[in-house]
Amino acid sequence: MMRLRLVPKETNWDFFGKTKISVGFSALLIVVSIAFFLIQGLNFGIDFKGGTTIRTESTQEVVVGDYRAAIDPLGLGDVTITEVFDPTFEENQHVTMIRIQAQEGQEAVTADVVRNVEKALQQVAPDISFVSVESVGPKVSGELIQTAVIAVLLAIGAVLVYIWLRFEWQFAVGAVAALVHDVILTIGVFSVVQIKFDLAIIAALLTIVGYSLNDTVVVFDRVRENLRRYKKRELQDVLNLSINETLSRTVMTSVTTLLALLALFVLGGDVIRGFVFAMIWGVVVGTYSSVFVASAVLLRLGVKRDWSKPDNTAGNQFANIDA
Amino acid sequence: MLQIALWKRVLIWSVCALGLLLALPNAFYPRVEAYNDANASLEAGFSGNGIEEQAAMWPDFLPSSLVNLGLDLRGGAHLLAEVQVEDVYETRIKSLWPDVRNLLREERDTIGTIRLQPSEADVLRVKISRPEAIQQAVNVVRTLAQPVVSLTGAGATDLVVSADGDDIVVTLSEAEKLATDERTVQQALEIIRRRIDEVGTREPTIQRQGSDRILIQVPGIGSASELKEIIGTTAQLTFNPVVGRAGDANAPAGAGNEVVPSLDEEGVFYILESAHVVSGEELVDAQPSFDQNGRPAVSFRFNPTGARKFGDYTADNIGSPFAIVLDSEVISAPVIQSHIPGGSGIITGNFSVEESTNLAVLLRAGALPAGLEFLEERTIGPELGQDSIDAGRIACIVAFAMVLVFMFLSYGTFGIFANIALIINVGLIFGMLSLIGATLTLPGIAGIVLTIGMAVDANVLVFERIREELKGKKGVARAIDLGYEKALSAIIDANITTFITAVILFAMGSGPVRGFAITLGAGILTSVFTAIFVTRLMVVIWFERRRPKTLEV
Repeated sequence: MMRLRLVPKETNWDFFGKTKISVGFSALLIVVSIAFFLIQGLNFGIDFKGGTTIRTESTQEVVVGDYRAAIDPLGLGDVTITEVFDPTFEENQHVTMIRIQAQEGQEAVTADVVRNVEKALQQVAPDISFVSVESVGPKVSGELIQTAVIAVLLAIGAVLVYIWLRFEWQFAVGAVAALVHDVILTIGVFSVVQIKFDLAIIAALLTIVGYSLNDTVVVFDRVRENLRRYKKRELQDVLNLSINETLSRTVMTSVTTLLALLALFVLGGDVIRGFVFAMIWGVVVGTYSSVFVASAVLLRLGVKRDWSKPDNTAGNQFANIDA
Repeated sequence: MLQIALWKRVLIWSVCALGLLLALPNAFYPRVEAYNDANASLEAGFSGNGIEEQAAMWPDFLPSSLVNLGLDLRGGAHLLAEVQVEDVYETRIKSLWPDVRNLLREERDTIGTIRLQPSEADVLRVKISRPEAIQQAVNVVRTLAQPVVSLTGAGATDLVVSADGDDIVVTLSEAEKLATDERTVQQALEIIRRRIDEVGTREPTIQRQGSDRILIQVPGIGSASELKEIIGTTAQLTFNPVVGRAGDANAPAGAGNEVVPSLDEEGVFYILESAHVVSGEELVDAQPSFDQNGRPAVSFRFNPTGARKFGDYTADNIGSPFAIVLDSEVISAPVIQSHIPGGSGIITGNFSVEESTNLAVLLRAGALPAGLEFLEERTIGPELGQDSIDAGRIACIVAFAMVLVFMFLSYGTFGIFANIALIINVGLIFGMLSLIGATLTLPGIAGIVLTIGMAVDANVLVFERIREELKGKKGVARAIDLGYEKALSAIIDANITTFITAVILFAMGSGPVRGFAITLGAGILTSVFTAIFVTRLMVVIWFERRRPKTLEV
């Protein structure tokens, strides 16, 4: 029976022949990401910045200018109005997102502001409905950022410890380097395309951390095995061999995950599109980084090759719990 | 070797069957939901209106727990409120004044006359006319202090009394403030819960968050502002002695008094004694009713202590007015006509029927001990939630179909095994979520879709490994066996690391993000289970029947 094969049966590609190019490429992307982050910043959602978003729905065509003209007299400061388009909408379903900045000097969320906006918009589009109204005060949003940053750092830290216990510290450093690379590039791409960065994106970031790790760990697991089997071979050869051996699996899993995510991206509606976008990006970057970043770092750091323990299993007592 | 003991086989299939059985109600969501609601009403003693029919819509022997739908899928309102715990300090300190006054008056011979000084809200300052006796006065006031009732504050007293020149300064101690904060938040939580229960909506979430915050989520309610009206009103009812009337808010009130505006007469202010006679805390019942002129009113009844205080006060003050104060506004200030002994009465004002009904609800549920400040509010319309569910469902099905086809094309027969396992896997996720009563949110749906993509990973690892072993010219049985054996460490490591991030997400996240963490975590558990037990069992059974000499994976 014919099998679909995305990767040839036998591969013997050299993943480290052009380390300079791949490392340079990653470094360049990281620099670009950081630069964008510093210059352009992120398009923080109200979760992180405070303020109010109102999602409106109407059967009439939306003229953003009219909406703006209705809201401007209220003097609410920075108001962003965007029309939302989505293939899942019905024909006469016109959706907008209105975002109002946090009102000066008000900690708590005011119902008045929302009510006034709603009244003003009803003048423009009588059948308008407000399908969701969300307000976050500046106090909470500040804390949310803090919690989010702690969550990401904690996840990276926990992973560092786990891999260190199960493998060797060089593996842990390699894996974490790949994670940091992925997180930075994801933040970078959000800065470049200015998709709304909210709490859900933090969830996506952590999932990327999980996914990227998943990939890295599978490669490392094979590296560990091959290091024991081929004690005399060069580390670079062993790494190359391990990546080649696991390549088919890496590609398979990435493809199934991407298939599922693409379905969600196209059909899942606009509410979670940013979230799904982050994950798709993360899967691509995570797959790339487990080969080109994690392994490259491992190659650079070197690994202890002298397995003096008689059973040749591992570096410490935690490494053997399931073998 | 390729052998699995019978008891293991039975166990594996039973777990699958149980999981799918638990997931079953979710396939008939509206029907089971109606059934559950009907049963709840039957238990509460209601009947009729077709409740019995609804209760018969789902067989009793089948499980009926459902995955809860989060606010973003069902629609509803979400509020995060901060309890203004400092409010309570002020009330506490203010209410001390009559006791302090009475105690010090008894010592008039040594400390002279006393006078209440204006001070910050949470400080009581009393000036005495003979400064040389200040130490004695302080000691006298100190007898009012009570031990703090809390675990951490053991050994401390609730009041700090000190001398400042010829002033006695009374404040709450830090230990007492902490204990008060704790009590205030607990009380606020309880009262919010009672108010929401009075209104009667389905499955509200009322949770404490951090030290002084309360999270309130009510599905199905129209908007957050509606919810705010129910829970945001303090409904602090007090009965205060009236000292006089005033024309503006800045009228001089005198020590121990305050100026309070009238609720419905514009420009009318009352000067009241700050310490109240009785408060709403001593109410046992409040009902909407009508006064003798047929206008809407609220009738109330005090508990025995409240009734006694109220009775004594009215007996002593016949002919003088007292004020009924609600949230710092005077509802009315009638003149006491006679001694009121029974402890019940009626509040009249310019109420509409609706207002009097609401007020009765609020009084019955009790006053909030402190004000609430709303830090976050979200309203999600039910249409948007439904749209999200529909979109999520379609995306799930399409994702599912694509992965199934792809797996079959890649691995043939083994792909089919992986696909069956994947279907069982999604069933198990829903079963698990129903069992623990988890909440499904929109990111949670994304988590399930992601799991569909990633769940095949463990199978892919095994199949690829079997392929490799086959290349090494091993026998079929040996290759399969080794494939499972050698892939195990990679599967475990890869999934534990992902699971760690799911746990962190759960611990740090809130609301929708937490929903995502739950489905992700559940997905990891079930996918590892299905890969190393279910698929393996299917492969073994297939192998036993076919005994193939060669194998192509």
